[in-house]
Amino acid sequence: MKNKVQNILLVGVGGQGILLASEILSEVLMLGGYDVKKAEVHGMAQRGGSVVSHVRYGEKVYSPIIPEGQADILFGFELLESYRYLPLLKTDGQVVASDLQIVPPGVALGKESYPEDVPAKIKAAFPRSRIVNAMALAQQAGNMRTVNTVLLGALSNMMDIPEEAWNQAMNNRVPAKFLEENLNAFALGRQA
Amino acid sequence: MDKTILSGNEAFARGAFEAGVKVASAYPGTPSTEILENIAHHYPSIDSSWAPNEKVSLEVTIGASFGGARALCTMKHVGVNVAADPLFTLSYTGVRGGLVLIVADDPELHSSQNEQDSRHYARFAKVPMFEPSDSEEARAFTRLAFEASEQFDTPVMVRSTTRISHSKSIVYPQTPVEGLPEPSLARDPAKLVMLPGNARKRHYFVEERLAKMAEWSCSQSFNRIEEGQGEVGVITAGVAYQYAKEVLPEAHVLKLGLVHPLPKQLIREFAARCKTLYVIEELDPFIEEQVRAMGIEVHGKDLLSVCGELSPGRVAAGLFKEEIPQGFTPTETLPQRPPNMCPGCPHRGVFYQLNRLKAYVTGDIGCYTLGFMPPLSAMDTCVCMGASIGNATGISKVLTPEDRKKVVAVIGDSTFLHTGINGLIDMVYNGSTATVIILDNSTTGMTGRQDHPGTGYSLKGDPSYQVDLEGLCRSVGVKHVYSIDPYGLDETRDLIKREMERPEVSVIITRRACMLHKRDLIQRKPPLFVDADKCTACKACLKLGCPAIKWNPAAGTKGQAEIDKLICVGCEVCMQVCKFGAFGVCDEK
Ligand code: SF4
Ligand code: SF4
Repeated sequence: MKNKVQNILLVGVGGQGILLASEILSEVLMLGGYDVKKAEVHGMAQRGGSVVSHVRYGEKVYSPIIPEGQADILFGFELLESYRYLPLLKTDGQVVASDLQIVPPGVALGKESYPEDVPAKIKAAFPRSRIVNAMALAQQAGNMRTVNTVLLGALSNMMDIPEEAWNQAMNNRVPAKFLEENLNAFALGRQA
Repeated sequence: MDKTILSGNEAFARGAFEAGVKVASAYPGTPSTEILENIAHHYPSIDSSWAPNEKVSLEVTIGASFGGARALCTMKHVGVNVAADPLFTLSYTGVRGGLVLIVADDPELHSSQNEQDSRHYARFAKVPMFEPSDSEEARAFTRLAFEASEQFDTPVMVRSTTRISHSKSIVYPQTPVEGLPEPSLARDPAKLVMLPGNARKRHYFVEERLAKMAEWSCSQSFNRIEEGQGEVGVITAGVAYQYAKEVLPEAHVLKLGLVHPLPKQLIREFAARCKTLYVIEELDPFIEEQVRAMGIEVHGKDLLSVCGELSPGRVAAGLFKEEIPQGFTPTETLPQRPPNMCPGCPHRGVFYQLNRLKAYVTGDIGCYTLGFMPPLSAMDTCVCMGASIGNATGISKVLTPEDRKKVVAVIGDSTFLHTGINGLIDMVYNGSTATVIILDNSTTGMTGRQDHPGTGYSLKGDPSYQVDLEGLCRSVGVKHVYSIDPYGLDETRDLIKREMERPEVSVIITRRACMLHKRDLIQRKPPLFVDADKCTACKACLKLGCPAIKWNPAAGTKGQAEIDKLICVGCEVCMQVCKFGAFGVCDEK
């Protein structure tokens, strides 16, 4: 397993905290003993636009961006964005995504429409996928702001990384007073 | 020290720290910004500061170098255009303390107005340039660059790109150097005063220096041959090296760490053992043309595009004529998600009114460039930092007096202090009549909210003198200077309209903090809601393009506006647009 490079593509909307989530993920992977690279873009794209972060790990990783069509997991924070980036996923890949919908400007203006039945379409094309009601679970964990941690929990199910590495990374990254609710959120996501 | 995972920009900062840098200066610019921010945060022993523009930042570091200290300057690719003047002569003077200029290019224009390839600047200014391929090399090459700078008496450039600066990979930090000489005054006018008599002699020195470095670099480990199998060879550098390894794992690779001057002897030896030779590089055929000029046959831009960034797929598609693989593709056309100004952005109302006033808007670089997007659609030009004001002067010169009134320049506070002020001096000096709007949001918004001389705080967050924008404009001769809160929509329109009519220069400062401002300058108020009984479905509020306002076609009989309470910040601008009083303020509990 270690010599094969694994690719996770994180997608969502600027402002959703995707860069922080990919940061935690990379740290987990480094703690897990892998070579890790991650790539993303800052600046203009972050003003509410579509945001993508690439995370790759294995024994030795060269390119920081995932070769086209080679993502093993598409990790989505918003439904339309998850749908948009499906072409980058391997044919036998899987999706872990939030069911949250954020309306893009064309839709807000009533000029375009938000695609329908996205979860069903994703599952039809990639049967091993999981769509999570992350908001509800975050609420259950005690804070809406733990929504990304819920999603990381759901993602962790699809990866071969010991739970301690995840806890360690959260210990390193999350301020002490929010740690407990984040650990709860992670556990809820992992069970989802 | 242990390993750690760092972005290229964090690693550049680490490298500078390890090299014993004493002074660092920059103007923010994506993708280079975080280098100085990291220095300010993690290495407080370094004197780090924001300069008003890249020319000043380079001049500050030149001064520090002349004083005998190691100094670092960072900027984005277009910043070098601004800093080119001192750079070209710095090449002649050389340095005392090591001086390194890190320049971050933006292939694919993720956040830039052009795609220029900075390697030409290294060649043009006759200075050496390193190019790292990951974060560990970003650290190591920065350190190395300082040594080379002092060894060869030259400024050294280090080229980054978006995929180096904003990618993270594993880094092995080293202990900082020790025993560097203390800075001191030492006069050396023959070297540092570039009058013709002195500069003529220095030009010979510069040419000899380059020749020496080209020879030196043939035997240095940053230029290395990685043995492969077969007869295919690749010459590459920077992030393109990673794509080459991904796509041609068997090939022999000549990996260049120093992309200028090229190690010609090494290239000849390498080429002699390959039957097919590729140069894989992003943007221009910089290495390729020089290799070809050596009489060596290579493939490069005949197969790979000069435009945009590379990727493993693009390299494979070019080399093997393969289609870029695509997995499952949705059949419907999906709505785009372009960037937009934040909910409550102070710029929104200004552009809304400029649109309604049918102004011809010369624009500038910042978040407010998004005023070009529909539905605001109120920007007609955008060229480079500070250009809006000069552009307005020029176009006014050639228009009829009636059309001239329509010309309005818009520029942010940070951009105005960068290079806009020069344009304003010219505007008054040469009797232009245009109107200038300074969108003062008390920060450098687009690059991630950095301070500047107009905010009253330094890079390190210490209080500092705050430029008086009104006073500054008056002092260059602008007689009509006004400031206004852009949340007041009618007042803003009335003022802009009145000043557009005036056949003299006027400056309107619209003042209200960026919604993402770091300090407590912003007040989030309770969100608004739309009263379903009062909304007549006129869609007037949609013309603001606020991300918090949505159209719900299913509500009521003709559809209705709705507000997303989670992201609305209660700026009440939409409320002023609605003629039917349909907007109310939610109760805050
Ligand atoms: S970051 Fe500030 S200036 Fe930029 S769009 Fe948001 S509110 Fe406006
Ligand atoms: S008050 Fe209106 S314009 Fe302001 S953020 Fe809320 S919805 Fe947008």
